[in-house]
Amino acid sequence: MTELLTRPRSSATSRMMVIWCPDWPVIAAMVEESLPAHLPIAVVQHNQVFACSAPARTEGVRRGMRRRDASATCPDLVLVDHNPNRDLRAFEDILSVVEEVSPGVAPIRPGLCALGVPSRYYGGEPQAAAVLAERLVQAGVWDCRIGIADGMFAAEQAARRAAPQDSVIIGPGESAEFLSGLPIGVLEDTEMVSLLKRLGLRSLGDFAVLSARDVLTRFGREGAWYHRLARGLDTRSAAGRTPPPELDAYVDFTPPLEVMEPIVFSVRQTAEKFVAELARHGLVCTTARIEIVGDGSWNGSRRWAHPRWFGASDLVDRVHWQLQGDPPPQPVTGVRLVPESVESMADQGEGLWGSAPDERINRGVARLQSMLGHEAVQSPTLQGGRSPRARQAGTPWGERSAGLRRRGLPWPGSIPPPAPTCVFAEPHVATVVGAEGQPVGVTTRGVVTTEPMLFKAQESDELMRVEAWAGPWPIDELWWDPVQARQVARFQVVGVDGSAWLLVVENSQWWTEAQYA
Amino acid sequence: MQGTAASRPLEMVPAFAGLLQLKTGATYGVDCPSLVMALMAGPSRAGAWSAVVGAADFGLEAAVEYGVDLERTILVPDPGEQWLSVVAGLIDVATVVVVRPPAPVTEHQAARLTSRLRQRDAVLIAWGDWPRVDARLTVRASSWQGLGRGYGHLVGRQATVTVRRGTAPPREALMWLPDADRQITLVESPLTPMHAVRVS
Repeated sequence: MTELLTRPRSSATSRMMVIWCPDWPVIAAMVEESLPAHLPIAVVQHNQVFACSAPARTEGVRRGMRRRDASATCPDLVLVDHNPNRDLRAFEDILSVVEEVSPGVAPIRPGLCALGVPSRYYGGEPQAAAVLAERLVQAGVWDCRIGIADGMFAAEQAARRAAPQDSVIIGPGESAEFLSGLPIGVLEDTEMVSLLKRLGLRSLGDFAVLSARDVLTRFGREGAWYHRLARGLDTRSAAGRTPPPELDAYVDFTPPLEVMEPIVFSVRQTAEKFVAELARHGLVCTTARIEIVGDGSWNGSRRWAHPRWFGASDLVDRVHWQLQGDPPPQPVTGVRLVPESVESMADQGEGLWGSAPDERINRGVARLQSMLGHEAVQSPTLQGGRSPRARQAGTPWGERSAGLRRRGLPWPGSIPPPAPTCVFAEPHVATVVGAEGQPVGVTTRGVVTTEPMLFKAQESDELMRVEAWAGPWPIDELWWDPVQARQVARFQVVGVDGSAWLLVVENSQWWTEAQYA
Repeated sequence: MQGTAASRPLEMVPAFAGLLQLKTGATYGVDCPSLVMALMAGPSRAGAWSAVVGAADFGLEAAVEYGVDLERTILVPDPGEQWLSVVAGLIDVATVVVVRPPAPVTEHQAARLTSRLRQRDAVLIAWGDWPRVDARLTVRASSWQGLGRGYGHLVGRQATVTVRRGTAPPREALMWLPDADRQITLVESPLTPMHAVRVS
């Protein structure tokens, strides 16, 4: 009974290939930030070195080092913040390269993936590994290591022992023997490893000879799982991922088109297909990139965000606006529609009675946009800010408002309500003087030099008596920045005719910002 | 919708009761932005779409305080030469269209817009001069409250709003535009000497 359990059965586990790209976070950062390979680079997470490149390692940088210590060890060190999404994004390219060789790739984590060995097709396991390594090097990953063994765990350990661009192959049924020589530290669970070490188990082989029942009673399910791994009984199979659907749409013009109208007209059918294809996957596109490909080297690309999602006619409109706003200098050979972000239809579905501006409004506004250009029609929003002008914003109709300041913040120096009804796009030059005609100013301590008696809100006006005034509301904008710093003070002024104004003084120059009309 | 020339009343801010009733198919002339916002507020609150053409100075924050829903507002701050076509296009989609005419309007142009207004069940508010308006609203006098000589801040305004409709005698009302709670209300007992309210 015991004999049967401890002896690994090679038939229970299948042959598995694991591809390992060491220091993946560093490689991903190098690719996305286009850093040269010879620099010492470290990826930092929580103020500690998460991964580092080979040049950094030769300088003495180690994983787990504090950021400061790493910089001290290697002053030239380039520090990049860790971004798991970036790792995933970059690894996606590798997965697609591997998928070209063999389908059914299971990503384990960024930098590590497993697949069944396509040995029969390529004429043997070493040949299959060599083909994959060659493809990966062509794709720009020069450091990839491949391990082939029975079971995923053994294959991963084999890959970690391979040279760059090379493979280590553990023959069928030899996994247990290979694993028994490895130190116990290769198990991922640090708590379990430290416990086993304290029990005097230094290698996987020491662990593997224990009876399975004893391990289960002493260490529980998790321990039993590691015990199985150590004995080479890893039955996990590489459940292949489903490759992401190809959703880009491209319309090709032969011969190339020069005039805008036929381009827009020809895009319509492709746009309809694009939207229908997304809908087939239960998706809607909320941000699209439109690439207009010129006959020569020219290539115009722009991202468009939609407040809800793109319909076919919306996409055609965007192509139209893009051609209008950025006319191609060459005849156009094609237009590509790329969904930059897609959302599930279920999240975006309209309520039973409709929750968004109805189609009639959108169509009418689109007509105006094609007449005036798409930025001329705006949907208004409020945002945070100190001056009345800064507190409002207009987003081009049909785009999602982005980069708005939060309204909930205190915004010191903003004027209490009511808000002025007339907010001038450009402040007018104003004049404010005291009783003897001397100019009124504000000291650096925020004190008015003399009481304002006469003012004119515009250059063309006559001087008028001040009925009432209040201020200053001083603002030190960006005082920490010596270039952009502004020291301004706002005043509310009411003239004898009953008109009320919001004036601002900066460096003893008065401006009219708004009128309470 | 096509061909129906029946004019229907639009929702109004309660303070305008007895003074003016907005009716679709009509054009109103207004001389200041707070009256524009006061007229827009009623229909906008009730769910109608509004559009503002040629008014780059339109204070959006004040509009929200008056009760205009920005979610249902379309702005065309700089319509350029084709501003009349823009107004016509917006009459097709919005119920209340505000325009600040950048150039004088001829009687003929105004008449064409009026027929479109009737057809599309919309109302035009001209912030400035406009030939043959159904009613013209002006603020004859206004006095701001809350501001002293060097203290306080603007709190509210009492304004005498005059409505002229053809040759009929003008109607007047004294209203808070806005009051301390940023609402438009009638002044119940007009105070003759208007003292500044001291605000700490």
